[in-house]
Amino acid sequence: MSPIDERIVRATQAGLPLVEAPYAEIARRVGVGEQEVLSLLKAMLADGRIRRIGAVPNHYALGYVANAMSVWDVPDDAVERLGCAVGALEFVSHCYRRPRRLPDWPYNLFAMVHGRSRDETAQKVEAIRRLLGSALRAHDVLYSVRILKKTGLRL
Amino acid sequence: MDEFDRAIINRLQGDFPLCERPFAAVARQLALGEEELRDRIRLLLEKGVLTRFGPLYDMERLGGAFTLCAMSVPVADFTRVAALVNARPEVAHNYEREHRFNMWFVLAAKSQAETTRVVEAIESETGYPVMQLPRLDEYFVELKLRA
Repeated sequence: MSPIDERIVRATQAGLPLVEAPYAEIARRVGVGEQEVLSLLKAMLADGRIRRIGAVPNHYALGYVANAMSVWDVPDDAVERLGCAVGALEFVSHCYRRPRRLPDWPYNLFAMVHGRSRDETAQKVEAIRRLLGSALRAHDVLYSVRILKKTGLRL
Repeated sequence: MDEFDRAIINRLQGDFPLCERPFAAVARQLALGEEELRDRIRLLLEKGVLTRFGPLYDMERLGGAFTLCAMSVPVADFTRVAALVNARPEVAHNYEREHRFNMWFVLAAKSQAETTRVVEAIESETGYPVMQLPRLDEYFVELKLRA
């Protein structure tokens, strides 16, 4: 990452200024031109360093009170194919492969599921279970009870 | 929250334009005044309906080291352990979950060596082991909730 990229990340990671020309404002703070800020942000969006630009809602404030981390044990040689299929479900917000930690933790696939009630979330988890079918060896669902800290990732 | 707030949240979870007057562009699509759009976003942030507004960075691609951590903490000791874990600036978020592993947090640091150092410090401070589950692959990340 170039020093200018890094300055732009630092100037925007807490959020964009809510002004008529937010990128010009960032450019002023960083000490470069507005067009340079726009083209560097476009480049970071294109190569995935920026996932997206916009609003990050609070689940709970939108009524999504049943937030579950569903965890699944599937064969390693099928995890990529199955992970992509699970990730494609419209109600799955995050889907990752992670290492097992045997004997405590046999799960290698994680999918975050959000619902307005536990019934709704349980139905979504059930849809993942059906999708995994015979590849599934074990699974578990960990509902979040409360947020203990949320500062977001900062550089 | 009214129908305009819902429309703002649904429209703005991605694709905020990269142009000189992005609020004007979005306001036109939503049939709102540009200033009203910004005021509503400001209010949604103040009320905590939105946690932030701007670019969402993939910190791992920016060159950091991250790991998801889980701990199994006795209920009687939970508050003490939560305070110790939360006090670490490297802990980005921390959730209590209903499970034997009842505390789940994400560590963000500049290098793998530093995350290891923080994990070891948390283990010795709290007296409980930390299970590290770094992401090996990512199949989907796109939080889009209908308001």
